Amino acid sequence: MLNEEIVIKTNKLTKTFGDFTAVNAISFEVKSGEIFGFLGANGAGKTTAMRILCGLLSPTSGEAMVAGYDVYKENELIKKHIGYMSQKFSLYENLTVRENIEFFGGIYGLSRKELKEKGNDLIGRLGMEKEANKLVGSLPLGWKQKISFSTAILHQPKIVFLDEPTGGVDPITRRQFWDMIYEATDAGITIFVTTHYMDEAEYCNRVSIMVDGSISALDTPHQLKEQFETDSMEGVFLKLARQAKRGE
Amino acid sequence: MSSVIIENITKTYEKGIVKALDNVSFEVKSGELFGLIGADGAGKTTLFRILTTLLIPDSGKATVAGFDVIKDLKQIRQIVGYMPGKFSLYQDLSIEENLNFFATVFGTTVEENFELIRDIYVQIEPFKKRLAGKLSGGMKQKLALCCALIHEPKVLFLDEPTTGVDPVSRKEFWEMLGRLKERGITIIVSTPYMDEAKLCDRIALIQNSKILDVDTLEGILTKNKQNLFAVSSDNMYQLLKDLRAYTDAVSCFAFGQHHHLQVKTPTSSDEKLRAYLAHRNHTNVSIETINPDIEDTFIKLMQDA
Ligand SMILES: Nc1ncnc2c1ncn2[C@@H]1O[C@H](COP(=O)(O)OP(=O)(O)OP(=O)(O)O)[C@@H](O)[C@H]1O
Ligand SMILES: [Mg+2]
Repeated sequence: MLNEEIVIKTNKLTKTFGDFTAVNAISFEVKSGEIFGFLGANGAGKTTAMRILCGLLSPTSGEAMVAGYDVYKENELIKKHIGYMSQKFSLYENLTVRENIEFFGGIYGLSRKELKEKGNDLIGRLGMEKEANKLVGSLPLGWKQKISFSTAILHQPKIVFLDEPTGGVDPITRRQFWDMIYEATDAGITIFVTTHYMDEAEYCNRVSIMVDGSISALDTPHQLKEQFETDSMEGVFLKLARQAKRGE
Repeated sequence: MSSVIIENITKTYEKGIVKALDNVSFEVKSGELFGLIGADGAGKTTLFRILTTLLIPDSGKATVAGFDVIKDLKQIRQIVGYMPGKFSLYQDLSIEENLNFFATVFGTTVEENFELIRDIYVQIEPFKKRLAGKLSGGMKQKLALCCALIHEPKVLFLDEPTTGVDPVSRKEFWEMLGRLKERGITIIVSTPYMDEAKLCDRIALIQNSKILDVDTLEGILTKNKQNLFAVSSDNMYQLLKDLRAYTDAVSCFAFGQHHHLQVKTPTSSDEKLRAYLAHRNHTNVSIETINPDIEDTFIKLMQDA
């Protein structure tokens, strides 16, 4: 479902904390319908950049448009038109599955009636009828991540941002999660995803790799492997990350 | 000599409704690097918590370095290091302060055992004044590991230490575990990364609160043969759906650049499959017969269980 419409565009986007530059003048574009892999070593600046694109953190300098809105002036509108699954926190452990769906769907501006309908529909699709009234805290991580993803796209956003959605998830559930990502792209949703699993980098249309706050490479997995003369994304990553200066 | 002995441990939650560990028994030898491999919610964290005296089992017995996990709580806490899966640091203390805190609690200093943590610590040292709450996910993991090591434990329990850690640091991390093992430290580590299983001396596969098998990686692979093809084509998403619909298919999962197709009949010929995919208009089809690795094997065991 790739087309030429640009849904994310940044120009020299920068974020500093005191005298530390976490995101250093990154410029890139993401096309509508793309699965865009946002890779990089620990501390490279992925989460920080993602939070800016989601309208949750204001940049220090540079420009960024997300879903047609400006990250400085229209961050409230951005929040309505995107979905976000954070790295640390995705659901309330002490609310039930159904309550979480209704809570987060509500944040994204769905009406009470829509919430009921979509909530039931979602629980059915996830096959979680039996778990619907259980506390989220009692469920395995992989289930939580699936619920959290489904909730983040309940309002059919243009783009969904996923920050390490499969970290720590078992092999089968991890793959089921990617099935869900493909289904979402079939429904026209653009995916912006970070991961430390290099096999998952292969599933992206294009991949960028951040090193010390900057984007060091950006292309299709195929092209990246050719460029770095290696046969795996792991190889690409190892070559690039070795250039990192921060933390040495 | 065994360093950790687990005998018939059972643990339930919510008044017995939820079984976290069901009659679990195995032994870890002194100086061994032992992997605990299992899906989310399989019971790994519960086992770690029992072995570090933070949780009492319903029944069964376990000892760590000869000490009983129920009776000898004080001794065990002195000699084990534990890195919990969930974040365990003081968010409002800096990197340096967290480390000093853990050293002091155990009556030692950072300088005294600096050798142990050097390799990982140098990666976060430039930020030592930064509050733990402001570190990236992977940086927090590295700090938590340093804190678990700083008192030179005899037995080290690591619950998913590399979750959220990038591929380069993951390599360095396992090299470091190798060096800790050389110093005679017994290590039990759980991980969702199947490729890390091959770096362990032995592994236990845990599923739905039960131990499926304990063996070396080779041992487990030999016991679990399956007929497997690695397949790719120009349209990988359509390919996945088509392979799953193939009559001879048992299961099919994405594995990076290829899909792994498990079939019922031996993989001596791929002609039928080739014809099927040609009929489905796939181009640039590549089919290879492969031996299952640990991830294939674990997926199969998870499905069979
Ligand atoms: N509020 C803050 N104050 C100071 N430094 C910060 C703050 N937030 C982030 N940083 C720093 O910015 C850098 C980038 O962090 P970020 O969380 O974006 O990394 P990441 O690429 O997501 O890493 P990981 O793969 O480990 O999740 C890190 O050095 C981090 O400590
Ligand atoms: Mg991050």
